[in-house]
Amino acid sequence: MVFWRVPFDSEEIQITTGIVYIIEDRCKGCGYCIEYCPRDVLEFSSKFNTKGYHPPAVKKPDDCVNCHYCEILCPEFAIYSVEASTEQG
Amino acid sequence: MKQIKKQVRHPLDDLLRIDRIPHIWCPGCGIGTAFSSCLIAMRESGIDLEKTVMVSGIGCSGRGAGYVNLDSYHTTHGRAIPFATGMKLANPELNVVVFSGDGDLFAIGGNHFIHAARRNVDLTVVCVNNFTYGMTGGQVAATTPLKAKTTTTPVGNPDTPFNLPLLAYASGATYVARWTILHTRDLTESIEEALLNRGFSFIEVLSPCPVNYGRRNKENGIDSLKIYQERTIIRNDAQPWELDIDFDRGIVLGKFIQTERPTCTDRYDNTCRPKELIEGEKGLE
Amino acid sequence: MRPAVLTGEYFMTGDVACAEGALAAGCRFFGGYPITPATEVAEHIAGRLPEVGGTFIQMEDEIAAMASIIGASCAGVKSMTSTSGPGFSLMMENIGLAICTETPCVVVNVQRAGPSTGLPTQGAQGDMMQARWGSHGHYDIIALAPSSPQEIFYQTIDAFNLSETYRLPVLIMTDEMIGHLSERVVIPDAKKIKTVSRPRPKGRKDRFKPFEPGPNGVAPMAHAGEGYHIHVTGLTHDERGYPVMTVEAQKAMMAQLMGKIQRNLDDIIRTEAYRLEDAEVVIVSYGVSARTSLAAVDEAREQGIKAGLLRLVTVWPFPEAQIRNLAKKVKGFVTVEINLGQIHLEVERCAAGKVPSFLVGHPGGTIITPERVVEALKEFF
Repeated sequence: MVFWRVPFDSEEIQITTGIVYIIEDRCKGCGYCIEYCPRDVLEFSSKFNTKGYHPPAVKKPDDCVNCHYCEILCPEFAIYSVEASTEQG
Repeated sequence: MKQIKKQVRHPLDDLLRIDRIPHIWCPGCGIGTAFSSCLIAMRESGIDLEKTVMVSGIGCSGRGAGYVNLDSYHTTHGRAIPFATGMKLANPELNVVVFSGDGDLFAIGGNHFIHAARRNVDLTVVCVNNFTYGMTGGQVAATTPLKAKTTTTPVGNPDTPFNLPLLAYASGATYVARWTILHTRDLTESIEEALLNRGFSFIEVLSPCPVNYGRRNKENGIDSLKIYQERTIIRNDAQPWELDIDFDRGIVLGKFIQTERPTCTDRYDNTCRPKELIEGEKGLE
Repeated sequence: MRPAVLTGEYFMTGDVACAEGALAAGCRFFGGYPITPATEVAEHIAGRLPEVGGTFIQMEDEIAAMASIIGASCAGVKSMTSTSGPGFSLMMENIGLAICTETPCVVVNVQRAGPSTGLPTQGAQGDMMQARWGSHGHYDIIALAPSSPQEIFYQTIDAFNLSETYRLPVLIMTDEMIGHLSERVVIPDAKKIKTVSRPRPKGRKDRFKPFEPGPNGVAPMAHAGEGYHIHVTGLTHDERGYPVMTVEAQKAMMAQLMGKIQRNLDDIIRTEAYRLEDAEVVIVSYGVSARTSLAAVDEAREQGIKAGLLRLVTVWPFPEAQIRNLAKKVKGFVTVEINLGQIHLEVERCAAGKVPSFLVGHPGGTIITPERVVEALKEFF
C-alpha cells in the first residue's frame, strides 16, 4: 500500500481481507466496480457472459479489504464480498 | 492463500424477486444502485419489513416496486404519492416507501408531491433523478439541466430545472437530502434516517442514464460518475435555495433538512376525531 | 357520537343518503375533491367518517382522490369517492388501474350537463357512455343508476357489495336532480343491512398468487402489510401479479377481468318492470328520467297506448338479454334519458332487426317531463 505519510501504528493495524464473488450472468458490464474499487482488485475479463457482456474478474484477490463498495455500487446485484476469515472459519 | 468457494447468494437476494432478475434497467443505469441502497436501508433500519410497502409510479424507476420481495404496488404515471397517501392513512401501521423517478414525481405528479409534503404524510419518497425520461427514449424533463440535449430539445434545453430539495423544503417536507449513486453509503444512511423519520421524507438521488441522456450529452456511465465525483460538494445543512442543478458551478449534496412536526394522521386524529373516541381508545390500552 | 348506521326516518338529499349508505356498507375511507353537484357527499361524510373510525381526506384533485381510494382499498379499507363530470374525466385513468388491479372501490358521479364545465348546477345523464368506456382499453364495469334518495342509500350499499364480490370499481351514476332532491329516507336497523367483504386468502403465504381466481372466479385479495409479499401492477400481468408482455398474457388477463362479470350477469343485473306484462310499447329509462317515465306510462295508458317501463337499476353491464326478449313481443322501444342518445344506442342495438327504437332525449339542464314522453309515444306509435 502506498502512503503519503506512513501512520505510526501501521504495523499494528489489522486489515480485513475479503473474497469477491461475482454472479457473472447478472452483470451488464458497466464497469463501475472495476473503476471504483479502491484497491484496484478487479478488471474486465475477456470472456463473455450469457448476455454477451464482459463481467469483471478478480485480478488481485489478495488486495481485497472487504469494503463492499463494489457490492453496494453494482446496479445489478452481481457482485459482493465476504470477509475472508469468516469464510475460512 | 484464499480458497475459491462455491458462490453463495447475494446478500440482497432475500429482498429481491429473484425470478424477475435481471431487471430491465440498461447497462450503467444507476437505478439499480439507488434501489439496492433502498433495500439495504430498509433492512438496516430495523423497521418491520412485513409491514413495509413499496409504491412506484411509471417509468424506469417506477419498475422498482416490481423487484422488491415485499408488498409492492406499481401504479399509474405520477400517482404513486396519492396512492401511497390513501394506503398510509387507511392503515397507519404500514411503512410506505415511494420509489420513483423525477418525471413521475415532479412533472406529471408534481402537484401530488407538494400536497403530500404540505400535509406531512408519513411517507419516504426516494426520487431517482436521471435528468430525463428514460423509458420513452430520452425526452426533456423538469429536471434536465439547462442546455442539455434530449430528443425533444435537440439543440439544448432552454428551461431551468427544478431544485428538488428546495421544492420539498418549501412544501413542508420534514427530511430532505440529496446524494448521487456514487455516494452510496451516505445515500443508504439517508434513506435509513428517512425511513425512521416520522413525516414526509424526501431523498433525491442523482443517477446516470447513459443510454438515453448520457449518449446525447457525450457522457458514458463512468463519465457521469466522474462528474458526480468531481463536481459535487457535500455540505450538510446547506440552505435549500443554494441547491440548483448546475454542473458547471458544482452541485451541493448532503442532508439539508431534518425536523419534526405533526404528521397528517396526527393532525387528523387530534383535530377531526371526537375527543371521546380518542380517549376511549386510550382507555382500552 | 353517532353510529355508522343511522337507523331511523329522515328527510335528506340524495347526496347525503349516498354518504349514509356508504357508511352503512362499511366504507371507512373517502378521498374527495369538491365539485358541484357532488360536494355534499364529501361534506357529509367528512363529518361522519372520523366518528366511526374512518378517514376522510380532501385531495389536491380528482386524479389524486381516485388514486387515494385505490391505495386505501389495497390497505384493506372499503373506500369511495364522489364527483361530477369534469372530475369523473380526471378519474378515468385510475379507474382503469382499479379495473386492471382488481381493486374494489366505489365512485359516485352526480352528473351535470356537459361537455366541459357545462351547466355545473343543473343535472343531466350525459356521462353514461363515459362510465362504460371512459378509461382506455377494453373492460367491463358495473354502473348503477338510482332514482330516489331512498334508492341511492340502498344502491350505495349494493355498489360496495358488488365491488367487494367481484373486485372492481363500481360506479353510481346518479344525477344532480336526485343528488339535490330531499325526500323521505328510511335507514333500517344495522342488522337488516347485508354487507359483503372481498374474498380473502387462506393457506400458505409463500404459495399465494394474488391474481389466481378462487372457486367463484374471483381471486382472493391480500392486503398490504399482511406478509403475502404481493406485487400489484397496472401492466398486463399473470396470476403471480408479475408483468408479462405477451399476447397470451394479455388474452388470459382480459378473459379473467371480463369473465368474472360476464359469468355472473344474472347476479349483477337488476332491472325493475312497471306495467310491462301486456305492454306494446316499452319505455327504457334510468335515474331521474325513470321517475318522469313512470308518470308517462300511466298517462299513456289513459290515452289508449299500452305502455310499460323497464327501469334500468344496473345500467352497465347492459341488460341485453332482457331487451332482446322484449323485442320479440313488443311494437317498439322508447329510451328516455337526459342526453342526446347514449343508452338509446344500446337499446337500438339489441332491438335491431326486430322492432324500432326511438329516443326522447334532452341536451341537459332539466328533466324530461311526462307530457313530452307521452307526446313522443303518440308520435312514434
